[in-house]
Amino acid sequence: MSTNKKNWPLWEIFIRSKQGLNHKHVGSLHAADAQMAMENARDVYTRRMEGVSIWVVESKNIHASSPGDAEAFYEPANDKAYRHPTFYELPEGVKHI
Amino acid sequence: MKEITLADKFQAKIDQEIKIEPKDWMPEKYRKTLIRQMSQHAHSEIVGMLPEGNWISRAPTLRRKLGLLAKVQDEAGHGLYLYSATETLGIDRETLLEQLHTGKAKYSSIFNYPTTTWADIGAIGWLVDGAAIMNQVPLCRCSYGPYARAMVRVCKEESFHQRQGFEILMTMMEGNEAQKHMVQDAVNRWWWPSMMMFGPSDGDSPNSAQSMKWKIKRFSNDDLRQKFVDICAEQAQILGITLPDPDLKWNEERQHYDFGEIDWSEFWNVVKGNGPCNKERLDARVKAHEEGAWVREAAMAHAEKRRKRKEAAQVA
Amino acid sequence: MNLYNYILQQADNTLILGQRLSEWCGHGPVLEQDIALTNIALDLIGQARSLYQYATEIEGKGRTEDDLAFLRDVWDFKNIQLVEQANGHFGTTLVRQFFFDVFNFHFYRALQNSKDETLAAIAVKSLKEVTYHHRYSSEWIIRLGDGTEESHQKVQGAVNDLWMFTGELFVPSTADQAMLEAGIGVDLEKIKQLWMEKVTAVFQEATIRKPEDTWMQKGGKEGKHTEHLGFILADMQFLQRAYPGAKW
Repeated sequence: MSTNKKNWPLWEIFIRSKQGLNHKHVGSLHAADAQMAMENARDVYTRRMEGVSIWVVESKNIHASSPGDAEAFYEPANDKAYRHPTFYELPEGVKHI
Repeated sequence: MKEITLADKFQAKIDQEIKIEPKDWMPEKYRKTLIRQMSQHAHSEIVGMLPEGNWISRAPTLRRKLGLLAKVQDEAGHGLYLYSATETLGIDRETLLEQLHTGKAKYSSIFNYPTTTWADIGAIGWLVDGAAIMNQVPLCRCSYGPYARAMVRVCKEESFHQRQGFEILMTMMEGNEAQKHMVQDAVNRWWWPSMMMFGPSDGDSPNSAQSMKWKIKRFSNDDLRQKFVDICAEQAQILGITLPDPDLKWNEERQHYDFGEIDWSEFWNVVKGNGPCNKERLDARVKAHEEGAWVREAAMAHAEKRRKRKEAAQVA
Repeated sequence: MNLYNYILQQADNTLILGQRLSEWCGHGPVLEQDIALTNIALDLIGQARSLYQYATEIEGKGRTEDDLAFLRDVWDFKNIQLVEQANGHFGTTLVRQFFFDVFNFHFYRALQNSKDETLAAIAVKSLKEVTYHHRYSSEWIIRLGDGTEESHQKVQGAVNDLWMFTGELFVPSTADQAMLEAGIGVDLEKIKQLWMEKVTAVFQEATIRKPEDTWMQKGGKEGKHTEHLGFILADMQFLQRAYPGAKW
């Protein structure tokens, strides 16, 4: 892999498609700095009115969980049904709860 | 009992239609196959800008100029999405471009044909994009997550391209004799190369079976080609043009159109570099990249200067 | 006639510059910038369309936007000579763009107050696009000017070469004069000041030297052009000229 210093680093792009929604990862692109990344994101990922707000994060700054941790991370939540409303029984006729 | 290997687990996930994501374990050959296919796809998008870009300055009306410009720009965008998706496999864009520029990586042969008249822009939209869409839609369900997601975006944007092409041809077919002649001539030249875009027959396509098993590929080359022929044969009638294949006719029994033999020697010849524009296309890409080197370098140098100044200001 | 000519000046500026920029499509220094330049080209040609459509209304002869773009010859084009200059390298293109964007930004900002409602509406819409353009090209001038030794020299060279085409931005034509008096057009004297301030500020940050006062070319607004325009038109108008009256 070439690690030439002259190459623009990679940035991950997150876009809020409309007010009230979360920013969502849409892809990545290359840019020399954050400002350029922002503008490139505008030019590349919002050509069809896809966004009202942009976040850019240099890819090397993203820390991702490892797939090897999946069991320890997520499976313990499987048997915690008491966190969900359907776990609790109510007599028929009770409303607004 | 047989030990369950990583490879078994991997295949089980694929069989259950669970997407593979960048950090997941994957067989080296799966990774290599994806890098080859995805980068080839990305290269095709950016080389594909050239034959159509050739007519931007000469588009016959302002409306057509905007439409074509937006379309060719979309192709740049699609190339970008696909390079980005490929980079998740641990290879950077610069390396991929180097492979293109040195001829190590291929791109779709269709772009090695010239665009000699305005009707070629219509024919490319109708036939080349038509064939591309047929190939691409199943890729939206490809087993590799980043590729599938990039393709969803590509297909969404691509939908206007084929319509634009058809509209260009339709308008010209309603025009004067010279325009009609231009359309027929363009279709004559683009029909067979478009048919070849689906790749060799399944029997002669060595990687097909493995790619199907990995769900990188969902349909056989021949099935997609047949679908393409069936659709185009109908649309050609609406346009009032003749597809250049004397063997093309409806087969009541098969409920499909029959069509003639494809000249695969031409296909392989162009793949090997002997198409009319192979050299020109590659030279144009290399030139843009080389002449852009000082720009990319300057932007990095400036970003570095700015960062240092900011740090200095914070210290002081 | 003055209003018609006034609209055409700006329409021709945006069309010819858009046409020039679109030559980059597929040849940019990096994919991201290829897309960015094309976005600007699309904006400019879009502006040209709105303006031509309005011009045909004012003219009232039943001509279309395409008649104006594709069936006039060099002497009828009223764009300033700056916008027809060749793309050169990326730095040349960005310097040309920067000079025009700064003008265009202040032009539309002032035109928003035009007594002519259609022009004011076009200005409001276009200003949003141009605000981005002039930010984009300013940043690139700074980046390249204060980048490497090579990029600095390239930008300085382009500035030196193109400077003589900037004077014309502020030389009022007959139409400019008449429209200013009618409360429809903008005051080029005021824009000149704003333009100079912005250019000076950006040059300073870019470590680019502003050229000495020099002879300024002019005449584009009255149909006097450099040799480039003939080739641009030959290319752009080919199909409309070769097949008169055909629909595309």
